[in-house]
Amino acid sequence: MKKGDIIIIAAALVGAAVLYFSGILSPGEEGGKAVVYVNGEVQQTISLEKDGEYKFDVDDGYNVLVVKDGKADMIDADCRDKICVNHTPIYRENESITCLPHKLVVEIEGGEKNDVDVVVQ
Amino acid sequence: MSKKVAYYGIFAALAILMGYVEAIIPMPAPPGIKLGLSNVIVVLCLYTMGVKSAFFISIVRVFISALLFKGFVSMWYALAGATLSFAVMALLFKMKKVSIVGVSAAGGVFHNIGQLIIASILLGRSVVLFMMPMLMVSGVVTGVIIGIIGKYCVEHVKRI
Repeated sequence: MKKGDIIIIAAALVGAAVLYFSGILSPGEEGGKAVVYVNGEVQQTISLEKDGEYKFDVDDGYNVLVVKDGKADMIDADCRDKICVNHTPIYRENESITCLPHKLVVEIEGGEKNDVDVVVQ
Repeated sequence: MSKKVAYYGIFAALAILMGYVEAIIPMPAPPGIKLGLSNVIVVLCLYTMGVKSAFFISIVRVFISALLFKGFVSMWYALAGATLSFAVMALLFKMKKVSIVGVSAAGGVFHNIGQLIIASILLGRSVVLFMMPMLMVSGVVTGVIIGIIGKYCVEHVKRI
């Protein structure tokens, strides 16, 4: 063992410790996003971290999506069954609100992990 | 010349074999961490036959063991790890300020770093990089062990 060996080993260990404790490489909590699909195509991607109101004009009418407190909720639509409007706010990964008459789907990407084991897609 | 060819063959075969031996011996370590026995051969070549020979044997090893045991995807990981670690080892070897143990330790660390970089490229996300500190420590530990083994091997091979 030479002095250089000790330096290399120490440098690698110190480097590892610095990387570990500084946490620059840690995955980090990435905020969730609401992805809005119309006719199966991505219409808009909305961050859940910023509150806001979004109106989507589709072929047969409109949908109004509100992002508040990190949750996405459909508050208004002129579809006939209003299933999307009655849906609870969504925020966990892979949760979705579907407005079938308007062929509009809002899906959460990333964000808080879902409690379910697996989502069949 | 013929002696050199024979050495190439023996070292390449040994390096490939080491990878296989390691794969069949269960290791009490988390997945992703392995001893890297074939690096003994690469280090041994470096010290007995020089940089160029060791580089070729290292590359040949990667290709052949990918063809024989592992498969195409893992070849990219192995190639990245092997080239990066070899570059660092050759550099330290040329500097002559470090013994075989230090060369091997640096090689172990950079082998893991190279693999992680490829993983983050192939998987398209830098999330895997959080494993970096862990793999650096394991690279040092395995590298030192490999270096000590290599040291004894070099003494014997040089006598031939």
